[in-house]
Amino acid sequence: MSAVRCIDVCKTYRQGDEDIHALDHVSIEIQNGGFVCLSAPSGGGKTTLLNAIGGLDVPDSGEIYIDEQRIDNLSKGELAALRLSKIGFVFQAFNLIPVLSARENVEFVMQVQGVDADKRRSLAMSILDEVGLAGMEERRPAEMSGGQQQRVAVARAIVSRPALVLADEPTANLDSKTSDELMELFTELNMNHGTTFVIATHDRRVMSYAKRLIKMLDGRIVDDIAQS
Amino acid sequence: MEITLRLAWRNLWRQPRRTWLTIGAMVFSNVLLVFMISLQFSVYDLMINNSLRAFSGHMQVQAPGYIDDGSMRQTVAEIVPLASELRSDFPDVDIAARATGFVLASSEQRSYGIAVYGVEPAFEPGASSIPGLVTDGRFVESGDEVIIGVVLARNLRVSVGDELTMLGSGRDGSFAAAVLTIVGIFDSGIPDLDRSIAEIPLATFQDVFYMRGSGHHIAINAPSIDAVADYQQRIGAVLPDDLELHDWTALQPGLKQAITADIGSSFFAYAILVILVAFSVLNTGLMSVLERTREFGILMALGIAPGRLGRLVLLETALMGVIGILLGAFLGGLLTGYFGATGFVMPGMEEMAVRFNLPARLYPGISVATLFAGPIVVFLVSILATLYPAFRLNRLQPVEAMRAA
Repeated sequence: MSAVRCIDVCKTYRQGDEDIHALDHVSIEIQNGGFVCLSAPSGGGKTTLLNAIGGLDVPDSGEIYIDEQRIDNLSKGELAALRLSKIGFVFQAFNLIPVLSARENVEFVMQVQGVDADKRRSLAMSILDEVGLAGMEERRPAEMSGGQQQRVAVARAIVSRPALVLADEPTANLDSKTSDELMELFTELNMNHGTTFVIATHDRRVMSYAKRLIKMLDGRIVDDIAQS
Repeated sequence: MEITLRLAWRNLWRQPRRTWLTIGAMVFSNVLLVFMISLQFSVYDLMINNSLRAFSGHMQVQAPGYIDDGSMRQTVAEIVPLASELRSDFPDVDIAARATGFVLASSEQRSYGIAVYGVEPAFEPGASSIPGLVTDGRFVESGDEVIIGVVLARNLRVSVGDELTMLGSGRDGSFAAAVLTIVGIFDSGIPDLDRSIAEIPLATFQDVFYMRGSGHHIAINAPSIDAVADYQQRIGAVLPDDLELHDWTALQPGLKQAITADIGSSFFAYAILVILVAFSVLNTGLMSVLERTREFGILMALGIAPGRLGRLVLLETALMGVIGILLGAFLGGLLTGYFGATGFVMPGMEEMAVRFNLPARLYPGISVATLFAGPIVVFLVSILATLYPAFRLNRLQPVEAMRAA
């Protein structure tokens, strides 16, 4: 069963007098439990594709399915509900809520999901421990390093066990050691929990962790390689 | 504490100066509203009570049509026994029977047209403040005695002990005349009353004006102005069908109109104050939403619906509003309580004070309504002012929002 399916997806931006084809008839299918890297130079379309898969951006044409549910025709509210229940996001800039502690950042999404207070506290503590942040639960983002913040962001993305995690340049602001630790964490989650990962990156070290590498150029898929 | 509430609370203190400025505007307006509304309604109570206590009473029993025509012939039969019966049925209210006529009052030197009232000397002090306002002599007791106002005494050039001749028409149209002895002069502070009325014993009035036991109205004072409606219903239920019971709004429409007009003009001023606060809140809400556009984009990407983000912004305003209500009501209550104890002289109110028989120094009183009415309106208007920035979040696209600086 496919976690993600894109059929002939197009997205064009207008920049001045010029049309930029960010996605040009893109079709891909990613199976459940996949670990996929989207690789492209800047402006190649990988972030646009990731945003379209996550329902953050609506394609001009084509169809997108998440867990066999078509999402390109959903309303803003329905897309929000879908992201809340099925998709976890990890961003390049961590994007934590600055006024909440690490634990509260992780708990916040669960509160919106309606998880009761005791359960979400216990889950948050457990996931923070899992990502190596035991003892730092009450620190606010400003009191943590970039790597620690990214781990909180990962904990937030995976705490409610989404079927799909979308990560946009997750290691761009991390040093090589922290990047490796993060990718090992992703690999472990993929193997142990069967979480599907789609990672947009142009970092070769990150690509080396992927089971499948999809290369894009000018909004088109130019290569799709299975990796061992 | 739920995380959303915690998030809203902490968001407020990201910009403490701006938050305190907004709360300060709410508190300032709330303090002002609590004090002004308390003072205003205390003045109205005084106006109503002083005016009604002076003479007309909270309610009057009258013959049908008397309120419009005021004719000598529109009488309440056997008025003294009826008043006595009502007193025994309603022992906690003040009830006094009266009769009214118009006469030419003459002293040795001058004559003036005045209204003369026949009153029950034993019960009039409960129904009217005039017996207590006799500053020279005493109130009437029986026989051919009369009291007049201080202005009328000055105009007629008479004093206590002098005789006053009254000429008028009796109930049957016949000539009515009496020579009365002035036993007291009252000073109500209300020029119209002091110039134009005289009071004599009801029995004397009935003799002079051929009333045959009848009178023109029974004045009734309830224990308080708030109790009038209740007593109107209860007294109305036991009255004979051929009589009418009118409350003070019908008896003194001018008083009600004056209060209504004053409420209208003062509430217009309050509305301007509240609108200024609303703009301050709107500005804070818009700034707060604009500077957090990126953060809202992230929250939307995480699956938080725009409606929930809007509720977060409303919650932030609600928290400021609650602080504004509590501080405003507390400080406004303190200020009002202080002036309630020491008194307050309202500048430029002298004319109104004379007209409505008000004291020069006012003592504002606090009630739950005057303490919270203004602050609650400010709270609700603040929430309304935040609806616009909250609704703007619905137009936000996650991708564009996350690109914001």
